[in-house]
Amino acid sequence: MSLLRIRNLSVSFSTASGAFQAVDAVDLDVDAGEILAIVGESGSGKSVSMLALMGLLPWTATVTADELSFDGADLLRIDRAARRKIIGNDLAMIFQEPMTALNPCFMVGWQIKEALRVHLGLDRATRHKRAIELFEQVGIPDAEKRLTAFPHQMSGGMNQRVMIAMAIACKPKLLIADEPTTALDVTIQAQILDLLADLRRETGMGLVLITHDMGVVAETAERVCVQYAGQKIEEQPVGPLFDQPHHPYTAALLDALPERATDKLLPTIPGVVPGQFDRPSGCLFSPRCKFADATCTTTPPVAAGPELGQVRCHYPLNTGERKAS
Amino acid sequence: MLNYVLSRLFTFIPTFVGVTLISFGFIRVLPGDPIIVMAGERGLTAERYAELEAQFGFDRPIYVQFWDYLTGVLQGDLGNSFVTKRPVWDEFFSLFPATLELSTCAMIFAVVIGLPAGVIAAVNRGKLYDRLLMSTALIGYSMPIFWWALLLIIVFSGNLQWTPVSGRIDLIYYFPDPTGFMLIDSLSSGQKGAFTSAVRHLVLPTIVLGTIPLAVIARQTRSAMLEVLGEDYIRTARAKGLAPGRINGIHALRNALIPVITVIGLSVGTLLAGAILTETIFSWPGIGKWMVDSIFRRDYPVVQGGLLLIAVAVMVVNLTVDMLYGVINPKIRKR
Repeated sequence: MSLLRIRNLSVSFSTASGAFQAVDAVDLDVDAGEILAIVGESGSGKSVSMLALMGLLPWTATVTADELSFDGADLLRIDRAARRKIIGNDLAMIFQEPMTALNPCFMVGWQIKEALRVHLGLDRATRHKRAIELFEQVGIPDAEKRLTAFPHQMSGGMNQRVMIAMAIACKPKLLIADEPTTALDVTIQAQILDLLADLRRETGMGLVLITHDMGVVAETAERVCVQYAGQKIEEQPVGPLFDQPHHPYTAALLDALPERATDKLLPTIPGVVPGQFDRPSGCLFSPRCKFADATCTTTPPVAAGPELGQVRCHYPLNTGERKAS
Repeated sequence: MLNYVLSRLFTFIPTFVGVTLISFGFIRVLPGDPIIVMAGERGLTAERYAELEAQFGFDRPIYVQFWDYLTGVLQGDLGNSFVTKRPVWDEFFSLFPATLELSTCAMIFAVVIGLPAGVIAAVNRGKLYDRLLMSTALIGYSMPIFWWALLLIIVFSGNLQWTPVSGRIDLIYYFPDPTGFMLIDSLSSGQKGAFTSAVRHLVLPTIVLGTIPLAVIARQTRSAMLEVLGEDYIRTARAKGLAPGRINGIHALRNALIPVITVIGLSVGTLLAGAILTETIFSWPGIGKWMVDSIFRRDYPVVQGGLLLIAVAVMVVNLTVDMLYGVINPKIRKR
């Protein structure tokens, strides 16, 4: 049985102008020790689905799911107190903006030790020792001295390392990294990704990497889930996905990678992700899809079987019938 | 830090001179002549009037009088009261403990109730509790102090007979007052029931004086909390699996305290202004009542000196608040 099992997860936000469906019937599995990447452009619901899992959405959000189980516990059915014992302990998350994700009023050491005290109940001396260990583990030089620093006294990369140290403090079974490198310099990005991959290897935790960077996906992930406008439209292991994408959207994303460009002009996907008011009635990608026909604009496609990467498309690519252009 | 304090003290100088000038001018533009007021209904002869005028220095040009006053103040001499002939300085410090005691209690009352109320309202934003609390705060803020005081006196002192109407302590108790703070002196006197009596006298004035700061603090805490609760680090705290009490009470409140401390500091000024009314209503022998009485008597030195000392007290409080910012939020800490 997989570590994380999500079935039919939907999240909608009530807004002044009606409900907005941010996540639409997403299924997802993560095995212990696996690296899964969730990719998609802004507004595709990739962060929201994971925030829903963590229970971190604001009160305007309504979360429904047939199953939202982590390590045997159904997170939607247990009470808040029981959920808090899991969150930050076995299931941890790091965020996009390290500079604002840490509390400016407290020393970083205090913030790490807080997690150790709340979940593990360690005494003061052990907490201190463990915090130094964690800082060394995430590659913060001069660990003991840095414990007394405040977030504003450190760089973004260092703060992200602190966030990671805090997230792995209680040895989680699954770490969700929500665009952990987006706000960082390119050189620091690579360091943080290497660190996450190393930690995964050392601790054997699972890793969910939310990103919109296909380069990051290719380098780090083992399995990829592509989301578009709140729906999961394709899921494949990383190799086959890059070689033989089934969904036109995935194919278009890959075509848009500079490394793969064959022309002088980089191919782009015209249009934007549909919002609250221009949601198509058929396939959500149909207005931007170069293969779309009358069926696509009227009938929503259902997800295919695992042999086709659960693709949500009437005319999947690379099936033998039709090759990607 | 020391440099910072010194540079701030330096900015006191223009404020100080300004306050001296205003208090000096303010009492003189009021109609009424202190000599006539002192003479009372008997009146006095023109010669005696001229004699007194020369004695108080009123016959000299106004700028000379101001210069005399200012140089006196800088040498620590605030002059003597026209009425009691005692130095203003001595009168102020014999009455100031009473005002300080009342203001401190009012501030504690306002903070202890206002801060949690604001936090709870922010956490339950939009719900019935929040609306109830905030509309009550608005009423408290808009309530005229004197009317509110009379209302409380009628209900609690008049109808229910729970609290005394005025004064600081029942007349049956008599003991030395080394500190001037009734709560401390009554406790150290060891007389049975003295402390309880002092507390009972303090209850209504405290509530009356603390009502407006309470409303301001509650509303400010709520809005500051609402802003902080949307911050990324609160999401981080929740992602750590912390209990809501810990998130709101430690992670959020510490960040929300900066604007709250600011209004608390500003409230001290309001409090001293409010003390004038409250002390008059409850016959509380503090500087508020002393100032009002002195204004009616046209007691120039007392009004000038009292205003100046109150202004200095407010300036010191504001300096303290500025230094507290750095303690609460290390990001603002001075290098």
